[in-house]
Amino acid sequence: MKKIIKNGLVIDPANKINEIRDIYIDGGKIVSAFDEKDAEIIDAKGLIVAPGLVDMHVHLREPGFEYKETIATGTAAAAKGGFTSVACMPNTKPVTDNAAVVTFIKDKAEKEGAVNVYPIGAITKGQKGEELAEIGELKAAGAVAISDDGRPVESAGMMRKALIYSSGFDMPVISHCEVMSLVDGGVMNEGYYSTYLGLRGIPDAAEEVMVSRDVILSEETGVPVHIAHISTKGSAEIIRQAKARGVKVTCETCPHYFSLTDAAVVGYDTNAKMNPPLRTDEDVEAIKAAIKDGTVDAIATDHAPHHIDEKQVEFDYAANGIVGLETALSLGITALVNEGVITMQELIEKLSVNPAKILNIPAGTLTEGAPADVVIFDADAKRTVNVADFASKSKNSPYDGYEVSGDVIYTIVGGEIAYKKA
Amino acid sequence: MNWTRKDLLGLKDVSAEEIQYILDNAATMKHILSQNVKKVPHLRGKSVITLFYENSTRTRMSFELAGKYLSADTANITASGSSVAKGENLLDTGRTLDVMGCDVIVMRHNCSGAPHLLSKHVNASVINAGDGMNEHPTQALLDMFTMVEKKGSLKGLKVAILGDVYHSRVARSNFYGLNTMGAEVYVASPATLLPKNVDMLGAKVCKTVEEAIEGADVVMNLRMQLERQKSGLFPSASEYAKYYGLNEDKLKLAKPDALIMHPGPVNRGVEITSGIADHERSVIDEQVTNGVAIRMALLYIFANRRNEE
Ligand SMILES: [Zn+2]
Repeated sequence: MKKIIKNGLVIDPANKINEIRDIYIDGGKIVSAFDEKDAEIIDAKGLIVAPGLVDMHVHLREPGFEYKETIATGTAAAAKGGFTSVACMPNTKPVTDNAAVVTFIKDKAEKEGAVNVYPIGAITKGQKGEELAEIGELKAAGAVAISDDGRPVESAGMMRKALIYSSGFDMPVISHCEVMSLVDGGVMNEGYYSTYLGLRGIPDAAEEVMVSRDVILSEETGVPVHIAHISTKGSAEIIRQAKARGVKVTCETCPHYFSLTDAAVVGYDTNAKMNPPLRTDEDVEAIKAAIKDGTVDAIATDHAPHHIDEKQVEFDYAANGIVGLETALSLGITALVNEGVITMQELIEKLSVNPAKILNIPAGTLTEGAPADVVIFDADAKRTVNVADFASKSKNSPYDGYEVSGDVIYTIVGGEIAYKKA
Repeated sequence: MNWTRKDLLGLKDVSAEEIQYILDNAATMKHILSQNVKKVPHLRGKSVITLFYENSTRTRMSFELAGKYLSADTANITASGSSVAKGENLLDTGRTLDVMGCDVIVMRHNCSGAPHLLSKHVNASVINAGDGMNEHPTQALLDMFTMVEKKGSLKGLKVAILGDVYHSRVARSNFYGLNTMGAEVYVASPATLLPKNVDMLGAKVCKTVEEAIEGADVVMNLRMQLERQKSGLFPSASEYAKYYGLNEDKLKLAKPDALIMHPGPVNRGVEITSGIADHERSVIDEQVTNGVAIRMALLYIFANRRNEE
């Protein structure tokens, strides 16, 4: 059905639009103005209308871990959070390292998904870091990138081959940077709090050594690389310098790395356990600076649902990760826009335009002819995060009870309403 | 004092008043221990369960005897031969003990924070008998009790703690307790075994053992687990003994009446020489006796806590 979104503040960075205007939707696409009769009118007065958000780093857990999340529940959470496209990581069971699993995910998402789902294939078979996955076949089946996320590609030689081989298919490579010998059994950031809590620490170098490695490999091969979830001041600096000398490196960070520190672990809160770990105040400030100066291209959630039985255990045994789809936009508004770090337009760039560009998917713009993927939100609405309200199957969030700004009112995917605030 | 604390998870947030109260109670208990007939009825009708996920016959026996001397009913659960080994999760185990009417759960666990998790989900008092690398509050209390017995007070004492600070819950509990009670703590350890920002826990970091021992009232050596050598943290037992162990020569740097302490069991020839372990100023055996007194005091305080609710 035809729709007109009226009177909203349209922020469409791809077209340099930041003004009150109407958006016309027909046939699932953004179109030029048409006559109002027969159209459904969505009143967006006082609201922001932006290209639907794109999360380039989620774990939908299906196939294999449906007790944590499914494509249906994960995409419902995405829609509730204003995301119209998500790219899901391959650490499923079986691993998304072949065309059949990609096809399974795409089919399932087609039938049950509330938003667009773009599978990310594995770099190596079984994510074991030993043999390349069939990257050509993955791409043909619909995978938009490759990553062994959840674990690093430990061998520099394998990573180099992966970059070179994938360039033959123009397949973006996303690197989860973690040197396991430096992690050495660590479960949180190494620093005052790890000493205070008696928990094994993970040094910054565990991330930074591999970020450096991948920057060097990208520079040497000329193949772009995307660094997932950077969390330290050092990673930001390495990438900043690399970009300055023209290396084709891009990176993302997650809302928790600009809004929480390792102090959140005090009390052994397993919802503050993730990988990479929450870092220090100094890192948080450095990540914000990197978001501001463009070193950080994208904000992704690393949405990592886990069952309560995997979190309500000893800290050492607890699973890594938090759910993030339903808090990301609010945390971006609260910790970045309202704090004056970046503008709303820049936030939309990092939550929609840039990740779409990196993955080369049709999203992140309200250009005529583009898919009608739109988010409509109230940037000023104050709300209290309540995990019980999450559409996600899992509730593992450290933000429960947090006061945040920003509330999604509508999420429109392909011209249809995927979420509407009750 | 009016005891309100439900659990003893560590000393990091325990006040000087509370520590003094425990030490005073332990003095009374030590008196009971010196009697010919040690059994008193203080905890008749109370139950104490030791829940040990890590083997430590010494600590478990110390608690068990403490409970028995006070006439509590005691039972032991260890990781082998119980539902623990079958993979039952911590909270289920804890809840089971709770609904069986247990008054105090004494818990030893290889994971830091495990007693904290348990304590939030049970009505019983939880006494931490050592959690991972975090705390071992009853050990620090018995250490402090021993120091007070010998030195009269903790205020102004210079305590040198030597060895594997990184992995040591004993060291951490001592940092907190000793600082709270006005003592000064100096540490020396191989740089690979010194946790980051440990100075922020109230430990003055020295580069050498000699520097830490200089003028000390108490020299405490930590147990060195020899398997750490395999993870590359130090090269050999002999180099460790030479640079970080305690011997007669190094001891001369301490005050002439300095106490020699060790949480046990001792690796003779590694962290301390045999001569030092059996030295006239070694109070290692008394630490063990005082451990029972401290644990009697704690069981008494915590098992009776509910009477006052
Ligand atoms: Zn990752």
